[in-house]
Amino acid sequence: MVVEQDAPEIVDIPINMGPQHPSTHGVFRMVLVVSGEQVLDVTPHIGYMHRGGEKLMETMDFRQGIGYADRTEYLAQFSAELAYCLAVERLMEIEVPERAQYIRVILTELNRLSSHFMFMGAFGIDSGLFGTSFTYAFREREYIQDVFEEVSGDRLMYAYFRVGGLAWEVTDNFVERVHEVLKSSAQGIRDLDDLLTRNEIFAARCQNIGAFTAQQAIANGLSGPLLRASGVPWDLRKDEPYSVYDRFRFEVPVGHYGDVYDRYLVRLEEMRQSIKIIEQALEQLPPEGPIVPEKMPRRLRTPPGEVYAKVEAPRGEWGVYLVSKGGDKPYRLKMRSPSFCNLSALREMTIGQYLADAVMILGSMDIVLCCVDR
Amino acid sequence: MLGILKSMGMTARACFRKPVTIEYPTVHREIPNRDRAFPILIWDEEHDEPFCTGCHACERACPVECMTVVMQDNPKFAAGESKRRKIIDEFWIDYGRCMRCNICVEVCNFEAIGMNNTWAGHELSRYDRGDLVMDLDMLLSQSKKKMVDPGLRA
Repeated sequence: MVVEQDAPEIVDIPINMGPQHPSTHGVFRMVLVVSGEQVLDVTPHIGYMHRGGEKLMETMDFRQGIGYADRTEYLAQFSAELAYCLAVERLMEIEVPERAQYIRVILTELNRLSSHFMFMGAFGIDSGLFGTSFTYAFREREYIQDVFEEVSGDRLMYAYFRVGGLAWEVTDNFVERVHEVLKSSAQGIRDLDDLLTRNEIFAARCQNIGAFTAQQAIANGLSGPLLRASGVPWDLRKDEPYSVYDRFRFEVPVGHYGDVYDRYLVRLEEMRQSIKIIEQALEQLPPEGPIVPEKMPRRLRTPPGEVYAKVEAPRGEWGVYLVSKGGDKPYRLKMRSPSFCNLSALREMTIGQYLADAVMILGSMDIVLCCVDR
Repeated sequence: MLGILKSMGMTARACFRKPVTIEYPTVHREIPNRDRAFPILIWDEEHDEPFCTGCHACERACPVECMTVVMQDNPKFAAGESKRRKIIDEFWIDYGRCMRCNICVEVCNFEAIGMNNTWAGHELSRYDRGDLVMDLDMLLSQSKKKMVDPGLRA
């Protein structure tokens, strides 16, 4: 018996992805409307991890808040701490000693390395490499975290920067340890380069998807590697230097096509530049000196006023907007997280792409859901 | 094709590397001297009493309010055996709330509190959340037995 079958009619189907989905890097939910394989519409849903961190930080003084800055951006903790400290220092007009500045830069750049290693690993999983790149990248990241643990005492929530400088002196063998870890990281970058960059399968999976022109990137308010991959050489470390970044020579890598592959390449090159910065910083690091200013009040009190401090975090511009009415607590604290601002471009990037590429596009943004929701 | 061979060559190279993983529950990694696990109180060997005078400095500075401190008059001061007028009577720390920020150690004027830097401070899983509230005896016991010498102090 022959059953007559019509060609199946293609209808638009809404597909729910997340919040518990391994490729959403946390708890993030997308509702995709697909026609066949093509994505017609995306509705992102955020807020599953909202803890009211900004409001909590308003109830704390300027030392207590640092622990919460860590917990907001848990892959680039030092960048978050640095932005918070810079904001308070600018308001109180504190001059940070040079040695502390250099150690801050070294640690922040090492943190950029560890964060980008994390991206390489997770991005490998998104692209279908399963655990291969993840294990290699994670091993290098662990070496970096060992240094952080020796210096600050904790593997993840360092709480090491303080308003005015650092909490305590670094270990005696700090410089040698950083040199060691730079060596292993350089090898790790070479390994990942060998593993991914020229791999035809990986390249075919990444090229020509989620492409953004420079104009689109600027119009959507992207920052960090996503913006630079679209060909805009905007880097706060170069264009609006903070701390001692104006004393180092490094390049700002930019991409040509603005697609997912370019974002990967930009991050890879950024890691090499970070190593350059750390090497220069280690050379210029004053061997001795104070790590907190001599005249530091015991209880930090800011004058009334408002300030916006921004740093170039691994994911983009991390800003802290702080309003003070005087006293030892912020009146209002707002953190501009690059993950949240970059995520707003997801819809425009994904529409018209294939469903399987939606995962890659989200992965290439390298979002931290904790810092999206705050 | 060449690229795939290159990446396979990279994974093949990794076969000849020394393993970096350790079998955790049986083998323990060495942890650095400054490691911050959870706060403990430190025992004064000389006077055979805790360093802590119960001054509430750490309690006030704690961002998550995980500490409860009760002070009392030191009976040894009346007997002339100690210089401390006041001494700790009761001390509770809720390890379930503690966020290990080290601020209590920084504000302590008597170097009486420190961060546990041994594995005993990390392996604290309990079946009941209430069991994570540590009292004075528990907080002092490790320092009393000389098991801990915190790397970071005031």
